Amino acid sequence: MHWEVVWNNFGYFLWGAFPKGPLGGLAMSILMAMGGIFGAFWLGLLIGVCRLSKRAWLKYPSLVYIEIIRGTPLLMVIFWFYFLAPVLFGRSLPDWQSAIIALIVFTSAYIAEIVRAGVLSLPKGQMEAARGSGLTHAQTMIHIILPQALFNMVPSFVNQFVSLTKDTSLAYIIGVGELTKAATQVNSRTLKAPFEIFLTIAMLYFVVCFVLTELSRRLETKINRYQARGR
Amino acid sequence: MAYQFDFGLVVSGQYGEWIADGLVVTLKISALSIALSLVLGTLVCVMRLSKLKLLEWIAWTYIEFFRNTPLLVQIFFWYFGSFSVLPEAVTNWLNTVDQEFACGVIALTFYTAAFIAEDLRSGIFAIPKTQLEASRACGLSFMQAMGYVILPQAFRIIVPPLISQFLNLIKNSSLVMTIGVAELTYMARQIEAHTFHGLEAFTVTTLIYLAISLVVSFSIQQYNLRVLRTAR
Repeated sequence: MHWEVVWNNFGYFLWGAFPKGPLGGLAMSILMAMGGIFGAFWLGLLIGVCRLSKRAWLKYPSLVYIEIIRGTPLLMVIFWFYFLAPVLFGRSLPDWQSAIIALIVFTSAYIAEIVRAGVLSLPKGQMEAARGSGLTHAQTMIHIILPQALFNMVPSFVNQFVSLTKDTSLAYIIGVGELTKAATQVNSRTLKAPFEIFLTIAMLYFVVCFVLTELSRRLETKINRYQARGR
Repeated sequence: MAYQFDFGLVVSGQYGEWIADGLVVTLKISALSIALSLVLGTLVCVMRLSKLKLLEWIAWTYIEFFRNTPLLVQIFFWYFGSFSVLPEAVTNWLNTVDQEFACGVIALTFYTAAFIAEDLRSGIFAIPKTQLEASRACGLSFMQAMGYVILPQAFRIIVPPLISQFLNLIKNSSLVMTIGVAELTYMARQIEAHTFHGLEAFTVTTLIYLAISLVVSFSIQQYNLRVLRTAR
């Protein structure tokens, strides 16, 4: 066993070459996940609301978007943006930027489905009452439906964030310097401790994801209790 | 856009064959992993529900660990890291078979089984507790009650989530390209490297993945409409 390899490189696993070089390691993974969930939330919210619309020109494009993205492996989406960017912009984007765009596009389809489920789970009377008091459809959505639906959906968003954190490991494939890349770099440099290195990396991801999963479970019971009291 | 699309290149001739070969490998690795993860997932789920604290704890740790780590890291762990700790008999066996393919199957199986175990557990919870109590009172052992009474009913309930797990597995199988299994995504990447016509190759492979997903999710819907409606 060569645990000293892990010990000597632990700082590199956590934040890469920072502050002397670029940020990497677990810090980069978490930052990418946070950037990804922020973008995916707004895009997913927009697409989810469009999906619920009665207007065909809003409903069907978003339906097609959701179905295509959900039927495609994330790796494919990442390759798409990686190889499409030079064609679209005439120059290639930095790796981490095309990875984040791919993560946002991919996750937004799942967020859209969460939003849709959240809105549909509300009693129909909410919409009818709000429309009946003279609010427009858009006003009802923004002031009445979405605040309630989004509150109920917080645990699902946290779960999606956990998936996204795990998904950032795929950015390694196009060369982004995050945790998985750090592991493969150290592994090919030292060549004697693959078991120790990959077990450590797995544990680092595990700590982050497990804490968040537990948080989402706690929130879920709290929200369920809160709703049961309201009835 | 200065990019010239040439779909003829990737759907016919040598590159068309590559795509077809890749699809066969994807389907093969997925089918094998689906079968194995179903068995392992059921086993873990039964352990998770057993009254023996040790078994329950092992199953819980397994489920939490494999669900909360990225599949890619697990693939690397099995491919690069596991050989130094696995028993010699296992590594000898792995050397005789297609190592990359075997590690891919192992990684996909262990990852998906953790999700299947949780789905199955929620399916079992949907069955009234009295079923287990009644079968135990009739003299069946815990394993018999599970095997003959509880699991057959639970499986029927969880068919839709199970199928979407299988779909995830097919999509996840694209990750085994990183250790060199020549499946669909690997082939697309390979065509990109050979011809610089990556976008066509990615379009074709995306459409293949999409076709698989749509066919399967359409059949889940049909199942939901027909079987579940009548079962209730």
